[in-house]
Parts: sequence; structure tokens; C-alpha cells
Amino acid sequence: MQVLIANHGAYLSGIATTLWLCLYSGVLTLVVGTVIAGFRVSPLTPLRAFGTAWVTVFRNCPLVVVLFFMAFALPVLGLNASYFVFGTVGLALYTSAFVCEAIRSGINSVPAGQAEAARSIGLGFTQTLGLVILPQAVRSIIPPLGSVLIAMIKNSAIAGAFGVGGDLYMTGTRLSSAQGEAVVPVLIGVALGYLVITIPAGLLLGYVERKVAIAR
Amino acid sequence: MRTGKTTVAALAAVTGLLLTACGGGGGSTEDSKEFTAPVAENPSFEEGTTMAHLAEQGTITVGTKYDQPLFALKGLDGEMRGFDVAIAEIIAGRLGIPADRINWQETPSKDREKYIRDDTVDMVVATYTINDKRDERVDFAGPYYRAGQDLMVRADNESITGPESLRDSDAEVCSAHGSTPSERIREYVDNSRVVLFDSYSKCADALSNGQVQAVTTDDAILMGLVSESDNEFKVVGETFSEEPYGVGIPEGDVDFCEFVNKSLRIAAEEGTYQEAWNATAGRVSDRTPELPELRSCS
Repeated sequence: MQVLIANHGAYLSGIATTLWLCLYSGVLTLVVGTVIAGFRVSPLTPLRAFGTAWVTVFRNCPLVVVLFFMAFALPVLGLNASYFVFGTVGLALYTSAFVCEAIRSGINSVPAGQAEAARSIGLGFTQTLGLVILPQAVRSIIPPLGSVLIAMIKNSAIAGAFGVGGDLYMTGTRLSSAQGEAVVPVLIGVALGYLVITIPAGLLLGYVERKVAIAR
Repeated sequence: MRTGKTTVAALAAVTGLLLTACGGGGGSTEDSKEFTAPVAENPSFEEGTTMAHLAEQGTITVGTKYDQPLFALKGLDGEMRGFDVAIAEIIAGRLGIPADRINWQETPSKDREKYIRDDTVDMVVATYTINDKRDERVDFAGPYYRAGQDLMVRADNESITGPESLRDSDAEVCSAHGSTPSERIREYVDNSRVVLFDSYSKCADALSNGQVQAVTTDDAILMGLVSESDNEFKVVGETFSEEPYGVGIPEGDVDFCEFVNKSLRIAAEEGTYQEAWNATAGRVSDRTPELPELRSCS
């Protein structure tokens, strides 16, 4: 336990880096995931095809491959950014496939009559989706979406291996390997660090779930 | 399925790009094995010592790295090459064990003390810097080489001339996570500008792509990277640390330590030490190192 107390500064900065990485990624992935889910249920074939391809690629590629591609292939193709940006975007794109599917399952759970009613009063596709379907879908997608986002927080450890300096997991590696601290207490500290992020995230999701629930 | 073609095309595009990305860093400078350590015939050792045990057994397990160009690299043909490998072969040779009777055990930096302490290996020769913290848990013979931390930049970079020049710049510096150099460089640049990967070849890619402006680690490793880069990189300035590489052996085995030191001394006198260097790391370096002053075993 002494390791945790002596190195609390390193742990805190590790938690902060992981938290920022996940906040940016989380927002980006929700936006991208929603848009792609919209594509997948759209009446336009090219959009549907694009959505399906997107999900197929990102859901089936290991995250390591996506991040490797971001960090090492994009610069070769002339696209340069910091590793933090690459890590954030890579994590967001990968997660967006899962977010998309969670949202799509929510959309499909809304009875078809709702969409038909919206169409019959003259709403377009975007209006139907945004004003009628999604608000109802949200209720059933919060639990799976929460799991996806918490998985993303834990996946963010992989971004640490691709140049994103000083995230929580890498902080652990640094303490144990370079500074010669005993491995097990250091990793217990890392696990506690992730819990500090994921447990409040879970509580927040539970709160949101209760807020959007309809009283039955 | 209407979307099938798009999917396949997208996958193909991604795969193709990945292959391009991976194709870079390959290629080894060491194509053939040119160093053979002399093997003693029927050496005799005092009963009960580690040497007597190993000589009788006729084989030795050596922990080393498998991915360190010029020092210890396992080729695709399974052949071990490099200066660390040669040093291990010299020591084994003094025990009467030829190179093909050595069991190599891959030993990443973080497992070195552990493998020695639980007898997984008989000794470790793996760019293993002697320092006090490690000395508490294992013993060191040697050092057989004196490396130092240095900086590698792109050949056309004139602004970075040494660690001090990093202080006022906004350059990002790459190193391997968990390494001593990655800690020491933080004296010169702040944490947010240290980029860490699991291997130095990724750092070289990052340097080549312009994501980082410098790579830092022991000069010996940097020389290996420069040699594989087609003059794209260069090493700048003077070394700014001392990294004496030792042979890691079990705690308290003074006889074995003295035997290793004696083997190194004889190799230096006979010229096999220099031969070993010239056949490995010496290929990309103009200088031939002298055997550093050995530590006393106690």
C-alpha cells in the first residue's frame, strides 16, 4: 500500500489522462455512433451500405489494429496529429460500431406504428428519427450503451501502448518496470484507479436511466 | 447481399494500408554468423562450484533479449546474433560448452532479476545495466561494455544537439516504457512530451513519420537503429549517462562471478573480445571498445 501513497501524484495524473481520453472519446463515439445508426436505418441504400460497412470493419477489427493504423499508417499517408488525438479518435471509431448497434436495437424496439404516424403527419426521415423514434429508443438503449462505454474506459488502456503518454495503465508499467516497485501492489493501484472512474460512471448511467424511464 | 462488395472493398483497403505500414522497419544488418568463441577442452573446476556443475552438465541456460539489433537478436532462422550473444558464448566456451549447446531463454527487461532468482537461467546477458537497486537482488560480473544514454534525431535536424537543447524546445522524445532512459529524459523534458512505446523500432517509425523529434536510449541500441535506417537518422551529442552492462548471476555466487570476470579478461587479452565486437556491434561503429575495468566480486 505504501507504493500507492508514495506515488499518489503519478496515479492521479494517470487517472486524469485516462479520464480526459475517455471523455473526448465518449462524446465523439456517441455522436458518430448515432449518425451511423441513422445511416443503418435510412431508406437510402448507399447510406445503409456505408453504415453496414462501418460496423463490419470496426466491430471486427481488433482495437489494437485500429490504434496501430491510426498511430502508424495515417502519418505515412500524410495525416499528422498528436498521439493523444490518434488515440482518442481510434478509440471512438472502434467503440462507435458497438454504440451504433446498441442504438439501432433501441430504434428497432420502437413500434413501427410510431414511424408511420410521424410520416403521415408529414415529418421527414431526420425529423421522424430525431423527434419521434430516438427519444423513445433512448429508454431501452441506456443499459447496453452503458456497458459499451464502460468497456471503452477499460479499453483505453490499449491506447497507452500507442504513444498516449501517462494514462493509468502505463503509469503502472512505469512504476513497476522503470522505478522497480513490486508489481502486484502497483497493479492493485491501477485496478483501483479504473474503479474510481468506472463505478461513478456506472452510477451516473443508473441515474440517467431512472430519469428517462417512463413510469408504468 | 447488396452491401457485400462495399464491405470487402473497405476491408481490403484497410488491410492494404496496414501491410504498407508494417513493411517499414524490417531488414537485418547481420546476415551471417561470423563469430565463433573458442571452446576449452576438458576444463577442470573445483568440486561443488557452479562451473563444475555446468561443465559436467555440458549445457548452460542463458537469458537474453531476442529483439535488440546488434546486441541480441534472434533471426528468422532461429540463430542468435549480437554482442551479448557473443559474450555469453565466450563464457560458455571457457566452461567447455560449445555455442550449439547453449539454451537461450528470452528474458525481457522486467523479468531479468526474477529469472535469475528462481533459477530459470544460469546467467543473464541482456544489455543489463548494473545499478544499486538490481544489485540488491542479484549479483553482477563484468561490466563487459560501457554504454551511455544518447539521442537520435533525423539526419537533417540541426536544432537538437544534446539533452540540454531539448529544454527550451517543444520537441517530443520517444523511448520504451519501463526503461531507465525514459525516466532520465524527464529531467530535460516534461512528462507530456515523453512518448512511450513497447519497442524502439516503433520509436524509429514515429521519428521517421515526424511524430516525435528525438529518440532516446542507450547509444548501443541507437547505433543499431541508425544502421537500419539508410542514413535517415543520426546520433547526436555526447552520452549523458553511464550504463555499464553486466552479466547477471545469482546472489552470492562469488566463485562464478570471478570465473566470468576471468573469462572476460582472458577474452580481452586474446583478442576474442574485440573480435566479438567487430563481428556484431562493431559493424556500425568506428570504435572498438576496451574491456571496462571489472568490478570486484564480493
